[in-house]
Amino acid sequence: MELIRVSDVQKTYKTGTVALYDFNLSIKKGEFVFVIGASGSGKSTLIKMLYREEKPDKGSIIIGGINVAKLKNRKVYVLRRKLGVVFQDFKLLPKLTVYENVAFAMEVLGYDKRDIYKRVMEVLSLVGLKNKVRQFPDQLSGGEQQRVVIARAIVNKPKLLICDEPTGNLDPDTSMEIMKVLDEINAMGTTVIMATHDRDIVDKMKKRVILLDSGRLAKDIEKGSYCNERF
Amino acid sequence: MRGFRTVSRYFRDALHGVFRNFSLSLASILCITITLLVVAVSLILSSNVEHFSDSIRKDVTVVVFLKNDTTSEEVEKIKSELISIENIERSSIEFKSKTDSAQELKEGNDIFSATVDTWTDDTNPLLDSYMFKVKDIEKIDDTVKQVKELSLAKDKINNINYGEDIVHQLIIVFNTVEKVCVAAVIALILVTSFLIANTIKLAIYSRKREIEIMRLVGASNMSIKIPFVLEGLFIGILGSIVPILVTVFGYGSLFDFFNGKLFGSSLAMLVEPMPFVYEISSILIVIGIVVGMIGSYFAVRKHLKI
Repeated sequence: MELIRVSDVQKTYKTGTVALYDFNLSIKKGEFVFVIGASGSGKSTLIKMLYREEKPDKGSIIIGGINVAKLKNRKVYVLRRKLGVVFQDFKLLPKLTVYENVAFAMEVLGYDKRDIYKRVMEVLSLVGLKNKVRQFPDQLSGGEQQRVVIARAIVNKPKLLICDEPTGNLDPDTSMEIMKVLDEINAMGTTVIMATHDRDIVDKMKKRVILLDSGRLAKDIEKGSYCNERF
Repeated sequence: MRGFRTVSRYFRDALHGVFRNFSLSLASILCITITLLVVAVSLILSSNVEHFSDSIRKDVTVVVFLKNDTTSEEVEKIKSELISIENIERSSIEFKSKTDSAQELKEGNDIFSATVDTWTDDTNPLLDSYMFKVKDIEKIDDTVKQVKELSLAKDKINNINYGEDIVHQLIIVFNTVEKVCVAAVIALILVTSFLIANTIKLAIYSRKREIEIMRLVGASNMSIKIPFVLEGLFIGILGSIVPILVTVFGYGSLFDFFNGKLFGSSLAMLVEPMPFVYEISSILIVIGIVVGMIGSYFAVRKHLKI
C-alpha cells in the first residue's frame, strides 16, 4: 500500500535557487528508503517538505491521506502525530532527563501518566538506554543522544519515521549501531526515510536508494548502493 | 473527564514553566513589579493632584450683593429663585445680612472694631448678600448671567463678585494639569506594557527550542499557547503583589502621617485611602495580568511557524 505520493512538486527559494523541479516519488508502507545526493541537490528540501517545515510551490504531497502541500499552519499537528522526525543536531531539551525528553512527546498529546511510563520505558529499552533514564543529554555520548531522539520519534507509534542525516555527527561504529536500531524499527512495520551522506551505511544496508541531482530524481534503485554513483 | 484532565495539565504545565525557568520567570516578575510600582506612584500622584484641583474648584464662591431696599420677603423669594438655577449647589446657598457681615468684620480685625461699633443699622455701609457655590465651574459665567436675569433678583442685585480673573485662570491651569496627568499616566502605562511584553518575549525566546519540539512531536498550536498564556497570567499576578502591598499599606500610612492633608491646609486634602487604594490595586493587577497574558500569547505565536 502506498504511504507517500509526491507529484509534480516544485520548490524555489526566495533567493531564486530552485531546490526541487518537477519531482515525483512514491513510497510504500513498510519500506526503508535512503535519499542521497550532493549538497544542494534538494534532499534536505524534500525531507523538510515531508514533515511540512517547507511547503512546495506547486504539486502535491500526500502522506497517509493528508495533502501536506495544502495543510494550514494550525493543522500541521495532524500530520506530525503520524510521523516521527530524527535530526542531525538531535534537538533534545537540555534541562530534561532522558526519560522526560521522551515522555515530553506523549505529554503534549495528553496521555495518562501510567501509559506514558509504560511506553517510554518500552522504547528506551528498544534503543538500549534503559539504564540511562535519569541522565541529562549532556551526560550522554553523541550516539546515545541520537538514540534518545529516535526513542522520542517513535514513542507515539508513528507510521513513518523521517531521519535527516541522523549519523552526520557520529563515528562509523556508532553510526552502524544507530542503523541497527532504525532497521529494527523498520522491521516492526514503520516506514523509514533517511537522508544521508554516508557511503558505508548505504552500501551495507542494501535498501532502496533515491538519488537526487540538481533538484531532480536522478535514480531510483531497489537494493542499491552508493558505489556505482558518481557525484 | 478528559477535558478536566487537559485543563489541569495546562495549569500544571504553566506552573512547571514558571519554576523550571525560574531565573527567567524572576526577571519577568521583577520587571512587572518595578514598572507597576512606578505606575502605582504616578496613579496616586495624579489622583491627588486631581483631587486638589477639584476641591479648589469646588471652593470658588459667588457672592451676590443685594440692594439696601430689599425687603425680607424679597430676600426669601430670591433664594427660591436661586434654587431654580440648575448649576447652583443648593446646599451651599447661604444668606448673610449686613449686620452679620459687620459682626464678622469686627471680630476679624481690631482696627475695624472701633469703627464698626459706631455703625447703626441705618449707617452700616455694608450690604446683605447671598453666597453660593457652583456644581460645574466651567459654566460659572453663564450661571452668573442667569442670576442677573432672574425676574425679581435683577432689580435687587447691587453687584456680583466671584473673582472672575482668578477663576478663569484657575480653570485653564487645572484643565492643563489634569490633561498632563492623564497623558503622563497613559504614556507610562504604555511604556510599562511595552517593557513587560519585551521581557516576556526574551524569556520565551530562550524557550524557542522547547516550542519547536512541541510542534514537531504533534502538539496543536492551542495546546502550546495555553500553558504559556497561563504562565503569563501567573507571572502577572506574582509581579503585582509587591506594588499592591506598597499601595495599600504605603498610601494608608502616608495618609495617616500627613493626617489627610498637605501643608496643614484644608484645600490640599489627600484622597481618602478607602476605597482609593483598592481601585489603584485593581488597575495594577489588571495591567499585570493582561499584559502578561497578551505578551506571552504574541511571543509564543512568533515561534509557531516551523
